[in-house]
Amino acid sequence: MIQLYVNGDLYEVLASTSKTLLDLLRNDLELTGTKEGCGTGECGACTVLMNGKVVNSCLVNSLEVNDSEIITIEGIANKGELHPVQKAFIEYGAIQCGFCSPGMIISVVSLLERNPHPSEEEVRKAISGNLCRCTGYKKIVEATIAASKGEVNP
Amino acid sequence: MVNFKVVGRRMPRKDALEKVTGEAIYGTDVKLPRMLYGAILRSPYAHAEIIKINTDKAKKIPGVRVVITGEDTPNPFGFFGHLCPDYADRFLLERDKVRFIGDEVAAVAAIDLDTAQEAVNLIEVEYKVLLGVFSPDEAMKPGAPVIHKKFPDNVLTTKSFNIGDKEKGFAEANYIFEETYTTHAVAPSCLEVHQCVANWGQSSRLTVWSTTQMPFFLRKHLAEVLDLPESKVRVIKTFAGGGFGSRMDMHAIDGIAAVLAKKADCPVWMAHNREEEFFASRFRHPFTIKVKTGVTRTSKLTAVDMSAIIENGAYTSMSPGVAICAGQGSPHLYRVDNFSYEAKIVYTNNPYGGAYRGFGNPQSNFAFERHIDLMAKALNLDPIKFRLINAHKKGDINILGHKFYSCGFQECMKQATEKINWYEKYGKTNHSENKRRGLGLAGGFHTAAGARVHGNSDGCGAFIKLEDDGKVIVIIGGQEIGQGANTVFAQIAAEELGVRYEDVHIENTDTDIIPWDIGAHASRTTFICGNAVKKAAAKVKNILLSEAARKLKVNLGELETAEGIIYVKKSPEHSIYISDVARTIHYHQQGQQVLIGAFYDPPTEVPDSMGRGNKAAAYAFAVHAVEVEVDLETGHIEVLQMVGAHDVGKAINPASVEGQIEGGMVQGLGSAIFEELIWEEGRTVNPNFLDYRIPGALDVKRIETILVETDDPLGPFGAKGIGEIALVPTAAAIANAVSNAIDVQITEIPITPEKILKALRERRE
Repeated sequence: MIQLYVNGDLYEVLASTSKTLLDLLRNDLELTGTKEGCGTGECGACTVLMNGKVVNSCLVNSLEVNDSEIITIEGIANKGELHPVQKAFIEYGAIQCGFCSPGMIISVVSLLERNPHPSEEEVRKAISGNLCRCTGYKKIVEATIAASKGEVNP
Repeated sequence: MVNFKVVGRRMPRKDALEKVTGEAIYGTDVKLPRMLYGAILRSPYAHAEIIKINTDKAKKIPGVRVVITGEDTPNPFGFFGHLCPDYADRFLLERDKVRFIGDEVAAVAAIDLDTAQEAVNLIEVEYKVLLGVFSPDEAMKPGAPVIHKKFPDNVLTTKSFNIGDKEKGFAEANYIFEETYTTHAVAPSCLEVHQCVANWGQSSRLTVWSTTQMPFFLRKHLAEVLDLPESKVRVIKTFAGGGFGSRMDMHAIDGIAAVLAKKADCPVWMAHNREEEFFASRFRHPFTIKVKTGVTRTSKLTAVDMSAIIENGAYTSMSPGVAICAGQGSPHLYRVDNFSYEAKIVYTNNPYGGAYRGFGNPQSNFAFERHIDLMAKALNLDPIKFRLINAHKKGDINILGHKFYSCGFQECMKQATEKINWYEKYGKTNHSENKRRGLGLAGGFHTAAGARVHGNSDGCGAFIKLEDDGKVIVIIGGQEIGQGANTVFAQIAAEELGVRYEDVHIENTDTDIIPWDIGAHASRTTFICGNAVKKAAAKVKNILLSEAARKLKVNLGELETAEGIIYVKKSPEHSIYISDVARTIHYHQQGQQVLIGAFYDPPTEVPDSMGRGNKAAAYAFAVHAVEVEVDLETGHIEVLQMVGAHDVGKAINPASVEGQIEGGMVQGLGSAIFEELIWEEGRTVNPNFLDYRIPGALDVKRIETILVETDDPLGPFGAKGIGEIALVPTAAAIANAVSNAIDVQITEIPITPEKILKALRERRE
């Protein structure tokens, strides 16, 4: 049994060698916002924050997350108030099918925490591990820059 | 230009909030009580007879509930089975023979995925391995192993058109050009894999939760393959992580989940893993196309002859349609009096293709638009002028009978070339020692409003239900697959009715409730389904205005609506809420809730055997212009800038239209430069995102989109479709740019570094 915080809530779950953090989140905790796109760490759909760092949860074993603080897409909004990045994604049309969006938003939120005013190139680098097949990335980058500048409707 | 209140604005998407918070439930997120998990045993051989299957060991594993084989799935299926029984050439689980590495042989339902997979590994199959064929050439050689008994020469069918007189056309030409072009298999690479959740319940009625693009077709195909009346099948459509055509056809996994669920008497969840998705899901068919054209001294095309070999793969999904669509594509943007086309669809023991964004046109567009540049170069013609001299205009009818009630190709050419600074840059090479820059462009032509090819209906039904508080519920068959359809429907309804966008809700996920629509394909949803919404909304508006006219004691014609209010145009303070009118109509003796339906079927024709007929009520026109830089040492191509100018009729939601073009161009970039499914003796060598690379954020430099609005007379508020044309001309534009940069003949995509270096070597020799 392990203990971990997810989106501020304390959980006790059974860890095992065959269970990844992604499995734990989606199956044990039924937080289905984090997606499985490939299972091998190549697409970024499973991106979450673990102890403040961006990780591919499909590559993290459940045994490694004891005493960790995990933030998933479900924890990005603050008591019903959307994060500026979420608002920007909506306003700038950065979401089409939306499957990459949870992982993408986590990567963007983390970037802006580390680098509040990134250049376009820095944004593209930060999301280079998040594959998107629908948007061509342009509006995702625009939304990110807008969020960094506070150019988002409340 | 009319000033619309809601149409034409960048309204936030209807489903954006759910998606941005992780609330949205996709197919793979669906969870039901007592749900089991399924896994599939797949053939390790490309071509083999199944001699014996032993499932005893598998059945004994604790937690395994059901194991099934081909004995349990006796009915064949195929997307076009209703048009031609020969096209239904596969079974959910094969019983006699396997025909590609990955072919479905047996399946297990168990309490979790690990247990199901463990059981799959214990199923024993005795195969008699047969010789396989791995290219159309091999497959068509006399004496080649026969893949399907019905087709002893391994040719499924040949689609051909012959319009005019090609011999006469070539005789009239001053110049004749011939070249062969090749495209390879490209995987749609949806971020969400293919999936199905199936449940029967006690009523012996099947319900599936599916990411399908075509719920009514899935219902039909499930019913057929399971020997049920359609009324015993219900499809509930979930959010889907991408589609792009790959979710049009029923996959084996859909029917397999249903059979497992019936036997287990429990819901069953099944999904491909990412590896399986690459070879067991559909992808773009490889084409080899020979193009022969005749041109006069005055730069006019006199004849076009195209002959294609299409690799079907082991089974048939959409290839007959793909073959036809490829022949109805790009050349027909231009005036050609003599057109002949032949496409042979050939079986091989490789995985099998199907629908993917463009449906044969990306392949034929690559070939034909490359060919135009090849001709232009040989004849020392400006590639822009050459296209414009031959292009159709608004009001034309092309040789296939396509009626161009709107056509913005000329404007697209003007704006795209301006945007990329074509005239300043073209031919003025920007040399560094090891790099060469080049510009290229391509014309695009595709349907923008569906295609009347399925049983003579291309229609869509929509109901509008007006709630007592003025909220508008649109119940419609048209499907949202991430492209923004629900948003478009809501904007159209809001505009037509005069209510707020926020007060419109779209309901379109349950085949038990929604009226019929074919589904999201052939770029039809905005035009056809949008028109259904508009038609229903217009009827509702008329009823509301009639009642309001009575209440306000004015004539109907004096009234207008806006923001949920009906007002007298000349004295707006005389007004009444739509909600009040709705309640008045509802709450009186023999009254009723305002509940109105409409069905829109476009004024189109089923094409004849020559492919002639106005298959769509509107067509899409585009120009993609690209600047590339090629590294002469590494062969690496960098796409510096892509410009997509599109005749969209009217952009209902400009952000959504731009998003489609941006996404389509990036998918096109992938297919042009690095995407290729590689098979070795039938084995998929690169079934993962590391080895099958799709474009990431760093691969895309500058993209610009230009929306040219031509106000189509038949489209809802003038709108036309964008879904596929967004991608179609991209690869040709990039290939033309590369060809321009390094002065080599590009005749194959993807244009890998190896191919560049080889071409440069050959040019030196």
